[in-house]
Amino acid sequence: MTIAFPKPDEAVLARRKEIVEGLGRLVAPEALIVSEDERRAFETDGLTSYRQMPLAVVLPSTTEEVSAIMRFCHANGVKVVPRGAGTSLCGGAIPQEDAIVLGVAKMNRVIDVSFENRTARVQSGITNLGISQAVAYEGFFYAPDPSSQLACTIAGNIAMNSGGAHCLKYGVTTNNLMGVTLVLLDGTVVEIGGDYLDAAGYDILGLVCGSEGQLGVVTEAVVRILRAAEGARPALFGFERVEDAGACVAAIIGAGIIPVALEYMDKPAIQICEAFAHAGYPLDVEAMLIVEVEGSDQEIDDMLRRIVAIAEPFRPKTMKVSQSEAESAAIWKGRKSAFGATGRVADYICMDGTIPTGQLPYVLNRIDEIVKSYGLGVANVFHAGDGNLHPLVMFNTNVPGEMEKAEKAGEDILKLCVEVGGCLTGEHGVGIEKRDLMTHQFNATDLEQQMRVRGVFDPGWLLNPAKVFPLEGRFAA
Amino acid sequence: MTVHTPRDEQDASIVIREAADKGTLLNIAGNGTKAAMGRPNQTDASISSTAMSGITLYEPAELVISARAGTPVLEVMRVLAAKGQELPFEPMDYRSLLGTRGDPTIGAVAAMNISGPRRIMAGAARDSLIGVRFVNGRGEVVKSGGRVMKNVTGLDLVKLMAGSWGTLGFLTEVTFKVLPKQERMATLVIRGLDDNQAIEALSMALGSPFDVTGAAHIPDRDRRGGSTLIRLEGFRVSVDYRMNEMKRLMKRFRFMDILEGVGAEALWQSVRDATILTDQGNRAIWRVSTVPAKGPDVAAHVAQALDAQWFYDWGGGLVWISTPIEGDAGASALREATRTHGGHATLVRAPAEVRSTLDVFEPQSDAVMTLSRGIKASLDPAGILNPGRMYAGI
Repeated sequence: MTIAFPKPDEAVLARRKEIVEGLGRLVAPEALIVSEDERRAFETDGLTSYRQMPLAVVLPSTTEEVSAIMRFCHANGVKVVPRGAGTSLCGGAIPQEDAIVLGVAKMNRVIDVSFENRTARVQSGITNLGISQAVAYEGFFYAPDPSSQLACTIAGNIAMNSGGAHCLKYGVTTNNLMGVTLVLLDGTVVEIGGDYLDAAGYDILGLVCGSEGQLGVVTEAVVRILRAAEGARPALFGFERVEDAGACVAAIIGAGIIPVALEYMDKPAIQICEAFAHAGYPLDVEAMLIVEVEGSDQEIDDMLRRIVAIAEPFRPKTMKVSQSEAESAAIWKGRKSAFGATGRVADYICMDGTIPTGQLPYVLNRIDEIVKSYGLGVANVFHAGDGNLHPLVMFNTNVPGEMEKAEKAGEDILKLCVEVGGCLTGEHGVGIEKRDLMTHQFNATDLEQQMRVRGVFDPGWLLNPAKVFPLEGRFAA
Repeated sequence: MTVHTPRDEQDASIVIREAADKGTLLNIAGNGTKAAMGRPNQTDASISSTAMSGITLYEPAELVISARAGTPVLEVMRVLAAKGQELPFEPMDYRSLLGTRGDPTIGAVAAMNISGPRRIMAGAARDSLIGVRFVNGRGEVVKSGGRVMKNVTGLDLVKLMAGSWGTLGFLTEVTFKVLPKQERMATLVIRGLDDNQAIEALSMALGSPFDVTGAAHIPDRDRRGGSTLIRLEGFRVSVDYRMNEMKRLMKRFRFMDILEGVGAEALWQSVRDATILTDQGNRAIWRVSTVPAKGPDVAAHVAQALDAQWFYDWGGGLVWISTPIEGDAGASALREATRTHGGHATLVRAPAEVRSTLDVFEPQSDAVMTLSRGIKASLDPAGILNPGRMYAGI
């Protein structure tokens, strides 16, 4: 527990009853959560080692209600922590004692789908997978696919600019978002972008995406939907050396091939995931690549032939092309359950740095050294095509001091990512988890400029204020 | 007028800091090939990126390239092509349309978010732009993003800089994600469709699983037909297969050809650069981004009010329209069309006296304008960077 929260505002805590009554006038009774038992469900998110009880929780059903709540909080100096499904791995949705949680999960309808224009307008509390399911009957889907897609909301995806395993081809949230309805802190409802491309004026949509709930609350979104490929097939390649796997990734891309997914797993990750998913992963290799290609059978065969030819000089110990839907599903089940499967064998923290892919072998060796120096273990799964790492640093909560060691190891790993030319977070966000590391990636001027832009939307630090920016060096814009 | 040509970002920082102190209004420029776009603004001096040129990083295996802002776009393309790669968003070259010469810079591609036909598949310039360095209106050197394609660390000022036309900062270095150049390109040309049929066909193509990378329609002068273009790119085997499937999907249309090679490339270049409209002499040119299915409605709306010529890109979502230069150059008809059917219109080409009397960019809602003014002030509090180039007051 090394990450500090700002000291709660005593005056706000003292006015809790009055604030709750005020909120009670704005929403239906069942949309306001006050009791301690029920509030407890909202005290943390995917970063469960940190918890804070919120003042109250509101779950509005309409943009108008969100606007009224924001206006009330603004007028009364009450902090607001927006929340989707609470799956954030960086603590982006963890509340604070003097803040209310504003959850959008009840607003989960599809408003309109246009297949001819390839767009869907949805309420922001819909799950990521919910959008794909709503358009699947015409063969369409929503492309960004974070591992938590069954639970996570598009509101949270927008807040974090979420990625996924298939963004090498399709891009991340910001590349698939066309418009939002944004409620500002003072209750103003703004339409940004829409169902056409590249809105006029400043790219406020691009600024809002990935802003971690600090600029406003998104209540509706227009997203791009795509017609799914005719088919997709993954292949597995196992290597005896990490360097060979890394060089194989570079060779595939160097040959002009952009697979729809290009995933890397190291030996510990392979073993953990195989024990859980029985995916047929090779257990005797140091590194494994999952390479998925899309298209018709004919195109897939052609592409996989090329990829196999590219891989051969790197002497893969295993080469296995999926022969059936069931095999493909098992291969992905293993990869997508990596976090859950690891959670069954150990406590872990999941890091999310990105590195230039040319640095892969060096960084993987260094990660191993770093984690060993703390006496812990690590499993690596990541998106190899774009260099987005997910080292899972494993520890045992019941051993005093181990969690702190894991946090320290994680910090060292992220600093390493920045040192080699990468960044602290590729798709999970900064939240509270990486907040205090921001000075390693940005200098004071860079951060000040970001804070000045933030200040346009929230000069008094009321919106998700414990996140992203180090507590020291903040200023009111 | 003084023209500053800083050699590096420190130089630029000194020039801009001094301008901020003195309240000197700065025109932000590269080689000036697009100086005749946007709102004409009054400035006291100019700062140009032309002395800041050169590729600073290129890692083909990592699909990333960085260049100083004044690097010619053509040089970036040449360096990429030597390794079989390209800028995914196919940036438009405005020179033919604007009748200018000189080297367009990569900084302007970022600052103006310049994309082309492949935008529908590969995203806009802003989608490939992964890192920037710039000098803000305080004279401070600021960086955002970086050289890796997945990066959500902090507020995404990269997006904010893209398309801000130099009003928020003077870009000094830009980093783009790049993609392999495709082995083969083939275009299915359908003839004889009117606008509505054409956009319907393009919607079908874009809604198919066959990865269309260009979807345009060029109406004939008599408007009774035209050429509807569907572009496929990729490995040979894949393009062959998808072209067959595409022909099958379009089988109800009788007149189809397949175009490949130099002729096809020239055709797509004329779509990209909107040169299809330039043989019409001294006319105003508008660029309308709208809902694809509404493209024909927008064109028809304008054509009802005045003598217009047009063609479509982005499956109907981008309508290029030429209008007579007289009066308001068609502004009221265009604005009414976008209000009715959605989207936004930009006056791309018109004499300065026309551009100074009307909105070049689509007017924004009050709430968005308030945010835009705030954003401007947060980066350029003295209001010295390209003031008024996009909207009055920012």
